[in-house]
Amino acid sequence: MKALTIIQSRFVPINIENIDTDQIIPARFLKATTKDGFGKNLFRDWRYENDDESKPRTDFPLNHSQYTGDILVAGKNFGCGSSREHAAWSILDYGFRVVVSSFFADIFKNNALNNGVLAVQVSDAFLEKIFAQGPDTELLVDLEKQSITILSTGDSAAFDINSYKKTCLLNGYDDIDYLLSMKPAIEKFETERG
Amino acid sequence: MAKTLFEKIWEKHVVKTIDGGPSVLYIDKHLIHEVTSPQAFTGLNNRGIKVFRPQQVVATADHNVPTLNQHLPIKEELGRKQVEALVKNCAEHGIELYGLGHPFQGIVHVIGPELGFTQPGMTIVCGDSHTSTHGAFGSIAFGIGTSEVEMVMATQCLMQSRPKLMRITVDGTLNKGVVSKDIVLYILSKISASGATGYAVEFAGSAIRSLSMEARMTICNMSIEMGGRCGLIAPDETTFSYVDGRKFAPQGADWDKKLAEWKKLFTDADALFDKEYHFDAADIQPMITYGTNPGMGIGVTEVIPAADTVHESDRSGLNKSLAYMGLQQGAPIKGQKIDYVFIGSCTNSRIEDLRMVASFVKGKKKADDVEVWIVPGSKQVEAQAIKEGIDKVFEEAGFQLRQPGCSACLGMNEDKIPAGKYCISTSNRNFEGRQGAGARTLLASPLTAAAAAITGVVSDVRELMN
Repeated sequence: MKALTIIQSRFVPINIENIDTDQIIPARFLKATTKDGFGKNLFRDWRYENDDESKPRTDFPLNHSQYTGDILVAGKNFGCGSSREHAAWSILDYGFRVVVSSFFADIFKNNALNNGVLAVQVSDAFLEKIFAQGPDTELLVDLEKQSITILSTGDSAAFDINSYKKTCLLNGYDDIDYLLSMKPAIEKFETERG
Repeated sequence: MAKTLFEKIWEKHVVKTIDGGPSVLYIDKHLIHEVTSPQAFTGLNNRGIKVFRPQQVVATADHNVPTLNQHLPIKEELGRKQVEALVKNCAEHGIELYGLGHPFQGIVHVIGPELGFTQPGMTIVCGDSHTSTHGAFGSIAFGIGTSEVEMVMATQCLMQSRPKLMRITVDGTLNKGVVSKDIVLYILSKISASGATGYAVEFAGSAIRSLSMEARMTICNMSIEMGGRCGLIAPDETTFSYVDGRKFAPQGADWDKKLAEWKKLFTDADALFDKEYHFDAADIQPMITYGTNPGMGIGVTEVIPAADTVHESDRSGLNKSLAYMGLQQGAPIKGQKIDYVFIGSCTNSRIEDLRMVASFVKGKKKADDVEVWIVPGSKQVEAQAIKEGIDKVFEEAGFQLRQPGCSACLGMNEDKIPAGKYCISTSNRNFEGRQGAGARTLLASPLTAAAAAITGVVSDVRELMN
């Protein structure tokens, strides 16, 4: 997993609530046996007319050249629905390292963190402030300080992250490395419970 | 100290808790399928390690499989390769696979319970959000991502933070024509599609206790649609008699020992929850969804809500949803033309669901311009349906009984609903494009879906029942 410390970047706003993982990556694109290449199908059915890559929907932010950067900002309850980690892979593969919303579905949040994508949960009011900014505005996300700042206005907010997960992300550690180091304790647990 | 059902199970599975962090949680049973496992096997192979406890894993192929002519190779190349990868990976790692053609093949959340692999008091995971289904047996069961599938394969453990605890109590007697799917769609319409996010949800109350195991599974299955980390119901005699005698169920003295443990699995009288809801079964009528998340449901005789009456979590998205669905605020849903009826999925494809539909449609014929697909949840369900003559009832009604798989629930395999068409579906998600790009999904119970199959429009099943 790639470490994440500070991200300063413009952002792509998708001001829609309850974005489910079927929108992030439709099921028909889950047929790969590797983790690569999902970015081109990120938000596929909102990005193109009739599934046609030559017909990008002009009203969708991913198709606006002025919206760019490493940060995706989306409406409340982002990532609900299917547990498909392909959703996190497609976001990472497209080039995002941070997703900002006022509420995240549990499984998506775990999947994102397990791939080095930070889910930053802010208040509804702070999210509105971000959506109110123009495309040139940059956001600064500082994981060590657990803060997100709108650089044009100086508005800043704190966000929560479990201290274990924070250490993992700052250093690029995977859970699986930790769990493998726990093998003796796991085997002892199995023996003792019978 | 008084404890909830969830706490009793959780505490027995904690290997270690990290200060200020998650717990290392031991996982008893792991179900895998072809879509969310290949990258996990690749991860193990890259590390040069084998599956740690292969005897605690069961695999099946369900998401990509066709539901007609299963004896032929899967036509679509990528889907076929995923299924082939599962066969190869299971062989290399010593995992029991109930693949295409096997008499136990089926939807992962249907075969776990019917084989007795799912038991009370367990921790159960699968790379599939509807793993919550297994909580109907009084187990902690939840969906995980592929990185976590790899962790469980490697160590039989996961790093998990304990969720908050919610109890939803439904008391009273169900009205005529109302079944467990209506209960869960009703709860969703009240608390919204994110109402239980961050919580483990225990379902309790006399209306829940009165349900069969199949009906309880439908409710726990859709606890993820509320955002719940898992859903669970305390095991009782209904649970024990369902598990007894199944393939993986404990036998003899082992059964007696396990049964004694299972009988302690209930929430103590004065145990505390972080949040509680109470509903009265008498308030529930046959339900249907009109929007693009499962919380957007109404009674079949109600009108589609306006922006000022809809749940606040759906207010900003209401117009977008209705535009996608081609429906209008304030219009009745009853009478809405239907093109497809899909009865299947891990929510409603068990033998009881098929029996319920068969008993209702016996002697009736489907409407001319409606296509009706009945997709059993497993080979065992299919075999039982044929044994009981249910296949004949469907044939006479003009319904098509297909072969087991996830089918039209998720727009992944060959079974897709065409763009713009309306499908009344017993599945769990009505998201945009879920059943195929542009498809319009109305979620309902098997009874309400069967009623629409007969009339060709959204109908009140109570008016058609004897």
